[in-house]
Amino acid sequence: MSDAITAEGLVKTYGEVTALDGLSFTVPRGTVLALLGPNGAGKTTTVRVLTTLLRPDAGRATVAGCDVVADARRLRSFIGVSGQYAAVDEHLTGAENLEMIGRLYHLGAARSRARARELLERFGLTDAADRPVKGYSGGMRRRIDLAGALVADPPVLFLDEPSTGLDPRARAALWDTISELVAGGSTLLLTTQYMEEADRLADQIMVVDHGRAIARGTADELKDRVGGNRIELTVTDAAEMDTAREALAWVAVGAVQAEPESLQLTVPVTDGPEALRQVLGRLAGTGVRVRDAGMRRPTLDDVYLTLTGHQAPGTDEQVQEATR
Amino acid sequence: MNALTMPVADGWTIARRNALKIRRSPDLLGSAIMFPIVFVLMFAYVFGSVIEVPGMSYREFLLPGIFVQAVVMGAQITGYTLTLDLQKGIFDRFRSLPMAPSAVLIGQTVADVLMNLASLVVMAVMGLIVGWRVHTSPQEAVLGFGLLLLFAYAFSWFTATVALGLRTPESFNNVATMVSFPLMFVSNAYLDSSKLPTPLRVVAEWNPASTFTQAVRELFGNTSDAMTTSDAWPMRHAVPASLLWIAVMLIVFVPLATRLYKKAVSG
Ligand SMILES: Nc1ncnc2c1ncn2[C@@H]1O[C@H](COP(=O)(O)OP(=O)(O)OP(=O)(O)O)[C@@H](O)[C@H]1O
Ligand SMILES: [Mg+2]
Repeated sequence: MSDAITAEGLVKTYGEVTALDGLSFTVPRGTVLALLGPNGAGKTTTVRVLTTLLRPDAGRATVAGCDVVADARRLRSFIGVSGQYAAVDEHLTGAENLEMIGRLYHLGAARSRARARELLERFGLTDAADRPVKGYSGGMRRRIDLAGALVADPPVLFLDEPSTGLDPRARAALWDTISELVAGGSTLLLTTQYMEEADRLADQIMVVDHGRAIARGTADELKDRVGGNRIELTVTDAAEMDTAREALAWVAVGAVQAEPESLQLTVPVTDGPEALRQVLGRLAGTGVRVRDAGMRRPTLDDVYLTLTGHQAPGTDEQVQEATR
Repeated sequence: MNALTMPVADGWTIARRNALKIRRSPDLLGSAIMFPIVFVLMFAYVFGSVIEVPGMSYREFLLPGIFVQAVVMGAQITGYTLTLDLQKGIFDRFRSLPMAPSAVLIGQTVADVLMNLASLVVMAVMGLIVGWRVHTSPQEAVLGFGLLLLFAYAFSWFTATVALGLRTPESFNNVATMVSFPLMFVSNAYLDSSKLPTPLRVVAEWNPASTFTQAVRELFGNTSDAMTTSDAWPMRHAVPASLLWIAVMLIVFVPLATRLYKKAVSG
């Protein structure tokens, strides 16, 4: 068994809505797969099926060699889960929550207690450890829930949007923790809306939309798939945008994106250095004052945008126009 | 851990969690402990100065009825807490853990019995203060409290069933009020039911709340020869009839609540 997670033709419908439409994938042991996709794509549904919370209508899946339906009980001893919404007891303190989870993993009283303290420290909750969760902030709740997933040091982890609501420091700490776990041999399936998170943590990224996988690969592979380079040009005055756009359209192989507020234009091209030279040449006699011009590799934002046709969440609204 | 010890160990873990929850919820503590205290005082001093029962003090007659009422109200904590938990994500956490699924309801109902025990102790002390006494042997007194706790446990499964069927705290509270008021008032808990008009008297005599009240009165010796004894079977054999009620409630509601729990949390 080299795959920690396998899914074959998973289907789940809610009345008219098809949440999962024959989704298949595998996650090799000791690797990280990030599920990326717009709201309603089926990410949470996938996590719920794999963590035995939801029975699929069709298809089959295994985690750590256990079938999600037939062998659910045994499967649960191999997984740690943090869902999209924190599943913690409001009336219990942070420490009591974690200790209870440890006991329910059958770690025994002493180890559960020790493990709770360890995780509270790791997630920066030592000061709040003995306060009821009711009085926690959103990010603190999130952290205690994430700690809950790690209590038993499980070989397979499922984290649904783990860094949503975390401040930058907590996010960095979470990423370090996850990297350590994976280095130690754990397998992770995470869903995220942050491209940076997928880029930083995932070995493989799967883009999901309408309950189907529409692309899968490493971050670099996906970026290559979207093609070549991007040219970014910033002008000095809004009146110059149109002229600049015309110059860019000559070398573009896709849509020109314009951000009027920042006076920036972005365009995909094939041969970056040559295209950049041409554009600057064309602009030389026009009086457009170029403030900044450069070339960059596509980001995951570009991948997301191109593949799903949706704006990546968390980026500013951009005006897109088709050229030619 | 094997199939037998696991539900017990996990059930105890959940029971501890629920006991902590109850301790930290002033509203639950209030309804389970303050309410009965208010009732003891109100009935003892307001009704007690008007109502007379032949051959004994009204307060001695009243206390077993108040015990039963406290159990009926205390057992509702199980149902109420379940509806609150259903609205939060905690059951998702439990269902993703390698615990015995049955532990959730077992833990909840056991915690509720512990809560009921505390509430009975408070009320017994209140009772002693206003003049209630046990006139039988210590063994019989222990049996009396044991019977009340068994009733509490079985009745918790009933409230769990109702709660898991209704699923929201608001509708649960409405139904709980609609059920517990007639249950307690059309019974012999506060009044000598033999004086009720015939149709109500028959209902009261067969009402399980009356059966339990009568059984507890017998076990504590809070009865009087001067009172007319009812001919209805459960009133004449109150202790065995109570045990029968407990068995029936457990046989019906344990599987039913378990099934409804599975249905309520999957999806
Ligand atoms: N309990 C439910 N009842 C009805 N429809 C549901 C239910 N759960 C999910 N859906 C639908 O299934 C689809 C997939 O939902 P899912 O929660 O898996 O999306 P997601 O990718 O996690 O989205 P998000 O990024 O917003 O978390 C959506 O169209 C959603 O409306
Ligand atoms: Mg989701």
